[in-house]
Amino acid sequence: MATVFERVRKIVVDRLGVEESAVVPEASFTEDLEADSLDLVDLILAFQDEFSTENNPVEISDEDAESLVRVVDAISYLKNHGVTDD
Amino acid sequence: MYVVDLKGKNGIVFGVANEHSIAWAIAKMLHGAGARLTITYQNERFGERVSQMTESMKDVHLIECDVSKDESIEAAFDDVKREYGNLDLVLHSVAYANKDDLKGEFSKTTRSSFLMSLDISAYSLIPIVKHAAPLMERGGSIVTMTFQASERVFPGYNVMGTAKAALENEVRQLASEFGWRNIRVNAISAGPLETLASRGIYGFLTMRSIHAEKAPLKRNVTHEEVAKTALFLCSDLSSGITGSVIPVDAGYHIMAL
Repeated sequence: MATVFERVRKIVVDRLGVEESAVVPEASFTEDLEADSLDLVDLILAFQDEFSTENNPVEISDEDAESLVRVVDAISYLKNHGVTDD
Repeated sequence: MYVVDLKGKNGIVFGVANEHSIAWAIAKMLHGAGARLTITYQNERFGERVSQMTESMKDVHLIECDVSKDESIEAAFDDVKREYGNLDLVLHSVAYANKDDLKGEFSKTTRSSFLMSLDISAYSLIPIVKHAAPLMERGGSIVTMTFQASERVFPGYNVMGTAKAALENEVRQLASEFGWRNIRVNAISAGPLETLASRGIYGFLTMRSIHAEKAPLKRNVTHEEVAKTALFLCSDLSSGITGSVIPVDAGYHIMAL
């Protein structure tokens, strides 16, 4: 059982190799967590994999991907697209 | 797994960056059929992930290889020669373009980014085949990945279309040059697959949904379907095929409207 935040945090730690404590809601992927453009695509694909279910595929468009600046943006996006805390 | 036996075959794979890489889907398929594989990764950035991914696989050897450097390609094949002696299979699934060149107007492509994309995406096949061929004493199969933007315009694909056109031409010339030694060279022209690279193309998802809508099979292809075709091309089942570009695109390429 994990919240959307916890699941997002795990992905960010895994993909970006940052400390868990650095992944706070307000952290910016590029500025605080030092993600480059390739890392951002990697995160988008990882979010899609993690949060897609058979009944609710998560497909993050280019425009939406660009709006995911901070960790909290990703969490809000996912929650707005049918992902819930377990 | 499919009933194709690649036991005793040695292969080298270029182009695994992460779990979404087409090269990874193909590597798993070839490995599942019994091939011994050397999997290359571009640099340290990808090395850690690729080693995690291959951790549980037997008979997989990892080496760093930057295909933009001749000495790096040479070193990779020296390594293959030491490890295996003989080589049977090569998968080239490498492409690069500046992200800024994958949207907007094609005419804005700069000389430097043109040269870089063509260098990595198209030229790299030539030295790879040159170094692979001497190790393929019992013949071999070389497979590269292309896309229909080599022939028709996919707005946004831009300079990568130019690179794929060059690559497909190389496939024919290399197939002609090495055919007498029973070394076959073919390309797979895959429909849009979501990868680290393809998501760099602005509008990729739109392109993919148009493909699904227009293609005779009314869907997109999967990584696994492309990998199955690669397995076929790497096996004796395709012994009569060389110099070909094989579409694996749910039939999209036949449609005009």
